[in-house]
Amino acid sequence: MIATEIETYREQHAAFQRKSSPEWLVELRQQGLDAFTRLGLPTKRLEDWRFTNVSPLTANPYELSSLTSPDNEIVGDEINALVQQATLDESYHRLVFINGRYCEESSRLHDVSSGVIIDNLASVIRSRANEVRDQLSGGLDFDESAFAALNTAFIDDGAFIDIPDGVASDRPVHLVFLSTGSSRTVSHPRNLIRLGKGSTANVIESYLGNGDVYFTNSITQITLDESAELDHHKLQHEQIGALHIAMTRVDQRTSSHFRSHYFSFGGSLARNELDCVLDGERIETTLNGLYMPKGDQLMDCRTRIDHAKPNGNSHELYKGILDDKSKGVFNGKIFVRQDAQKTDAKQSNQALLLSDDASVNTKPQLEIYADDVRCTHGATIGELEEDALYYLRSRGIPIDFARKLLIFAFANDVVQGVELAAVRRHLESLLLSGHELSEDIL
Amino acid sequence: MTSENAMLEEFAQREYEHGFVTDIEADAIAPGLSEDVVRLISSKKNEPEWLLEWRLKAYRHWLTLEEPNWHNVKYPPIDYQASVYYSAPKEKPKLSSLDEVDPVLLETYEKLGIPLQEQKVLANVAVDAVFDSVSIATTYRETLEKHGVIFRPFSEAVHEHPELVKKYLGSVIPYSDNFYASLNSAVFSDGSFCFIPKGVRCPMELSTYFRINAQNTGQFERTLIIAEEGAHVSYLEGCTAPKRDEHQLHAAVVELVAMDDAEIKYSTVQNWYPGDAEGVGGIYNFVTKRGACRGKNSKISWTQVETGSAITWKYPSVILQGDNSVGEFYSVAVTANHQQADTGTKMIHIGKNTKSTIISKGISAGVGQNSYRGEVKMMKGATNARNFSQCDSLLIGDRCGAHTFPYIEVRNTTAKVEHEASTSKVGEDQIYYLRQRGLSTEDAVNMIVNGFCKEVYDLLPMEFALEARKLLSVSLEGSVG
Repeated sequence: MIATEIETYREQHAAFQRKSSPEWLVELRQQGLDAFTRLGLPTKRLEDWRFTNVSPLTANPYELSSLTSPDNEIVGDEINALVQQATLDESYHRLVFINGRYCEESSRLHDVSSGVIIDNLASVIRSRANEVRDQLSGGLDFDESAFAALNTAFIDDGAFIDIPDGVASDRPVHLVFLSTGSSRTVSHPRNLIRLGKGSTANVIESYLGNGDVYFTNSITQITLDESAELDHHKLQHEQIGALHIAMTRVDQRTSSHFRSHYFSFGGSLARNELDCVLDGERIETTLNGLYMPKGDQLMDCRTRIDHAKPNGNSHELYKGILDDKSKGVFNGKIFVRQDAQKTDAKQSNQALLLSDDASVNTKPQLEIYADDVRCTHGATIGELEEDALYYLRSRGIPIDFARKLLIFAFANDVVQGVELAAVRRHLESLLLSGHELSEDIL
Repeated sequence: MTSENAMLEEFAQREYEHGFVTDIEADAIAPGLSEDVVRLISSKKNEPEWLLEWRLKAYRHWLTLEEPNWHNVKYPPIDYQASVYYSAPKEKPKLSSLDEVDPVLLETYEKLGIPLQEQKVLANVAVDAVFDSVSIATTYRETLEKHGVIFRPFSEAVHEHPELVKKYLGSVIPYSDNFYASLNSAVFSDGSFCFIPKGVRCPMELSTYFRINAQNTGQFERTLIIAEEGAHVSYLEGCTAPKRDEHQLHAAVVELVAMDDAEIKYSTVQNWYPGDAEGVGGIYNFVTKRGACRGKNSKISWTQVETGSAITWKYPSVILQGDNSVGEFYSVAVTANHQQADTGTKMIHIGKNTKSTIISKGISAGVGQNSYRGEVKMMKGATNARNFSQCDSLLIGDRCGAHTFPYIEVRNTTAKVEHEASTSKVGEDQIYYLRQRGLSTEDAVNMIVNGFCKEVYDLLPMEFALEARKLLSVSLEGSVG
């Protein structure tokens, strides 16, 4: 089964490579394909995939949509509706990608300060090949991850954001990834985000679609130069039949700040890997996440924080609310290298099980090689606090409402970490309507 | 302190120069492992046919297994064909009195506060009539028999109580469990068998007896403890005194079975040879330990103090099958010099209202690497199950490592799991405070480390708690400043 799967991807790749591309890119894609062929799709026997079985979802191959549909897709009502659904604030820059390809018609770019580049990768590959080349080929170890290798084999388009030194970008950049069409399409978006010294930016990635069964395999590479500050939000609203696999790789230099806000709602299987390398002193990294699977959904959140240099701080808070027959997986690794003295790393993972058929697997992991550090991690799994329920009921609040209130409060903790008002409002209203609560309680 | 360090080092080296434990192998077979070797071991022990069959099944299964490599320890590949799998009790050169024993060794015993007659046994001095270990053993045995407690070397139990051995052997850890357990099942040399009948509270800690008894059990011991309904036993294995064992590989198996309302408390103080300061030599300790709380309200508690061995690979686990059963794991693991430890526990909650507690304290010094690896699993039927885990690591020196790999799997909404972990170094302000009050740095660190481990020490039988405390300070000597 898996062998034929690889074969299908190889065939697709051959067709895909026929499109004219610079030689280095053709070569890089080939390396990706070779690595993918060697690794094959992960099985449950691999420690990193122990609790997440991708084989039922990958048993039938997905088709690369750029091969089946013409490049200049006509934007129909359906897509407009999706874009509308995704839109958070009209004042944000918006880049829309349909099945992995940039769609200019749906995108909206405002004026930007000089030197700032907000563009799509395909066009940047044509105009600034040299800069992109290093970013694409370096910094990502696709030798060990089959999906990263697969993404590399099909590098085509995605977002490209480059903020020069000392620029505080005023408008958040909203990247919208849509999957459409009735066939089993796959897209491999590759996004590059680079912030120069002392610059700041806000980026939001939204994933949604209207197809039944499709596969998104995205990679975002982020580089933060000295003292740069980035707030990265990800809103995963894929369709219920979708397979969503994503990797975000962050390279941080001295004194930079990175804050990640991850919200996972959709997909039949959603796996998000967040890999931060803190290669400099006095770095701050904050990772917040909320995953809420229900039905048969499986959500797998992986984070990896690698403290390589002294005086770094990392804070991590991941919360899960699991209902019905859903499954949750959390794996949070923290490495503290020998040089990384005076590191302060805190990690907390909390899961709430709402149904007897839901299950959660948690694996926090600390690997510490330096002695002068403070590292803690905590994990709790359970149902709603009896005492809290009792407290609310004793004040005349019916049990159903009390439960909703407590679940909302549990999730809202993570939402309150979001500083962008439009994003926060979007999430709040989503949580409220999910629990049939009115806005009055806020 | 430095002079003492130098002395200890010298002691460690001298031991080997002089071949202090050079033994005369009386009855050993050629190195290597094959079906013939398994048959030979079985026949030398006059074992019944069913046991031989069981060993052979284990051996055949072992051949299909691969050595695990998921653990966080590094060591050169072990050549399983180079080991000797059977050697009868080794004859050591007998000394006529303690005066002939290396004074440095005696000093170490003194530090650990080991009673005189035990010192003699440990140092291999012929014990005089009064303190004859055999007679001590016999006295104990009589007391135990009066209460109906069966406590025998494994090989004797096989002949005297075959029905019990047959019933319980491999019932908690099947021969196919894992690489090392299969190896042990195929070639286990001896060990202990303990059966506490219904309603009996074992009149003594099964410890001193074992300390003497266990002297010559080889590298593949097997322990089986069964506590019937309402029975209670506290068992201590291991040897607190420095024990030089030339075996590179030590793969033991311990199985515990607790029926309704029974309680087993199993304490280990492990101080095998850790290798020298450069990491040469030392024991590879690959142990499989598991207890099954089969009955309602049963309780199994593991307490371990691991200070020895070059590599420790050990996960004492509890299967909480009976409703309201309780599992506990208290551990102190020290890795100094080049020692590596990958240890922890598994708590599998199956029954309702089951409870487990995990307290793990890891101390790393020198270039030691200490990993906690544990799993807490709440199965679907584990209604209202509870777990609390706490893993703390203490780092002494900037070249050591402390790691935690907890796995938590929950399939029941009413189950509650809490896990906490922290890693820190010995606080400079704490040392400063103690030094200000006139303590040397070394004593200050000892005091802090002992405080760090107190939760676990308090659970050890008293005399062993004292020894463990001293053992820890001996292990950490020279790692400060």
